[in-house]
Amino acid sequence: MSLIVCQDLWKVYRLGDVRVQALRGVSLTIEPGEFVALMGTSGSGKSTLMNLLGCLDTPTKGHYWLNGRDVASAGQDELADIRNRQIGFVFQNFNLIPRTSALENVQLPLFYRGLPLREQRTHAADALNRAGLTGREQHFPSQLSGGQQQRVAIARALVAGSAILLADEPTGNLDTESSREIMAILADLNRRDGLTILVVTHDSDVAAYTSRELLMKDGQLIADRHRIPAELPTQ
Amino acid sequence: MLTFIAMTMVTAFRVLGRNRLRAGLTMLGIIIGVGAVIALVSIGQGAKEAVRAQVATMGTNLIIVWPGSTTVAGVRSAQGGAVTLTVADALDLKKKVPLLVDTGWAKRDVMQVINGNKNWNGPVNGISPSYLAIRDWSFTGGGPISQADLEAAARVAVIGQTIVDNLYEPGEEPVGSTIRIKNVPFRVVGVLSPKGQSAQGTDQDDVIFIPFTTAERKLLGTPFLGIVGAVFGSTSRLDDLPEAVDGIREVLRARHRLQSDQADDFTIRTQVDIGKVQEGASETLTVMMFAIASISLLVGGIGIMNILLVSVTERTREIGVRMAVGAKRRHILMQFLIEAMTLGLLGGLMGIVFGIAGARVMTTVAGWPTIIAPGSIVIASVFSLVVGLFFGLYPANKAARLNPIDALRYE
Repeated sequence: MSLIVCQDLWKVYRLGDVRVQALRGVSLTIEPGEFVALMGTSGSGKSTLMNLLGCLDTPTKGHYWLNGRDVASAGQDELADIRNRQIGFVFQNFNLIPRTSALENVQLPLFYRGLPLREQRTHAADALNRAGLTGREQHFPSQLSGGQQQRVAIARALVAGSAILLADEPTGNLDTESSREIMAILADLNRRDGLTILVVTHDSDVAAYTSRELLMKDGQLIADRHRIPAELPTQ
Repeated sequence: MLTFIAMTMVTAFRVLGRNRLRAGLTMLGIIIGVGAVIALVSIGQGAKEAVRAQVATMGTNLIIVWPGSTTVAGVRSAQGGAVTLTVADALDLKKKVPLLVDTGWAKRDVMQVINGNKNWNGPVNGISPSYLAIRDWSFTGGGPISQADLEAAARVAVIGQTIVDNLYEPGEEPVGSTIRIKNVPFRVVGVLSPKGQSAQGTDQDDVIFIPFTTAERKLLGTPFLGIVGAVFGSTSRLDDLPEAVDGIREVLRARHRLQSDQADDFTIRTQVDIGKVQEGASETLTVMMFAIASISLLVGGIGIMNILLVSVTERTREIGVRMAVGAKRRHILMQFLIEAMTLGLLGGLMGIVFGIAGARVMTTVAGWPTIIAPGSIVIASVFSLVVGLFFGLYPANKAARLNPIDALRYE
């Protein structure tokens, strides 16, 4: 069964008197274990598509099946549940909660799931370990480098045991070295754990790590290429 | 759910701890409001209790009848100007108003009292033997005036503590000694235990009691025998007072041959009436105080709302992140409501501490009696919590209704 199936997704905004067609009939299928890059210039609709895939928003028209479930018509609370259990987010600006320890940041999805505190901590520490950030559990985001903060964010996405990790320009705020490390971690999670990852980027160096490249323009998918990913840099 | 609330409270404390000054200033309105209420309520309670205690010293279920003003040929005299109440009235009341356990009578004048080389000017009361029991006087030494003393117009006296303090050396035994009232020698047969101030602020212990007959025949002098200054009565139950008052009025009007269109030539007051007058003043104070408290709680609540709106704006991105990782609207709503209630309750608790401290200071510095009512503490806590909840609703709702995408993108 495909992990993601989108059929003729439309998203229309009203900005004042103007109707903006951000998505114009996007159809897309992503299989479990794929590592996909979503590319396109700004305004191409890739952020809108990412929001829809991440269940942060609902389409104006069309269908979206996530793990076999039609989520296009789900209510707010249902969407929150789906985000909590099925989707992990990694953002360009990390979006960690300030003055809150790395461990507590990672605990957050489990906290909203209502897990006992002890389990939250164990799982969170485990996820931080998987993201390569052991020993900094009690650091605040402000005490961590950009690369380290992004690892905390990845751990937060991993901890929920989500089916898919959505990364929106994950290396956009990082230097070359940190970017390479973050992409290596993502690639590793994809290859070793079979985690499905969708990276939104306009950086072809980032896209080079992935095995499939989607290109968007004017709210439509205009290209869908599979390729052999670049070699992993040695860690 | 419990884990959620506990952890949200931890978060709330952390957020408040980050901005201690801001949180403190926000809570100031609540602190002042609650503090003022606690302090004023305890002062009010203290005053009320003091009045109640003073009124209670008058006697138990006491009724007092004074001769009223009288109009003779169109000239109105002052209250007590009529010489209308007599010993016979008092005796007849006891017979005809069954609710009255006993009646007594008294007549007073201020006179010179001498013991050895000391003298004092004190009120001398000629009383019936029943009077002391009706007024709940007890003795520290000796005993009361007896019926035999009354019949014999004996020269015996019972004296209050203030008289003892002023006429005797410390350690000197008053009972059995002889004092002179207006140069007439009296043997002291009893010393009364102190009652303190009356509700009107007079010293109740500055008093000398002698038999009524002795007073009117040997000291005060009287145009007619049997004219009394006041008649006293008591009932066994507090609830019987109104009915007893009606009975007394009926009997006295009949005895004084008053026509139905004539006003009473006497005035009846019960202990309850006297207490009410005193408590009326503190009622006014209570109303004023609640007005002040409401205003400062309102101002405090608006402060909480204001700071929460700022907080929601500041933490828009955080709200977005929380929503992205699975927080439902009610989680966000709860988070801000808990923060608001924490602010309110914390402010309330600090206000309670300040209020109690304020009341203590009033007691030590100004000597006002204060009573910290546990009820006012509970009510203040609940109120500050409710204020936090009420004024937190709007900001919390605003936060919960944020669109996750907009919140995440907020700069």
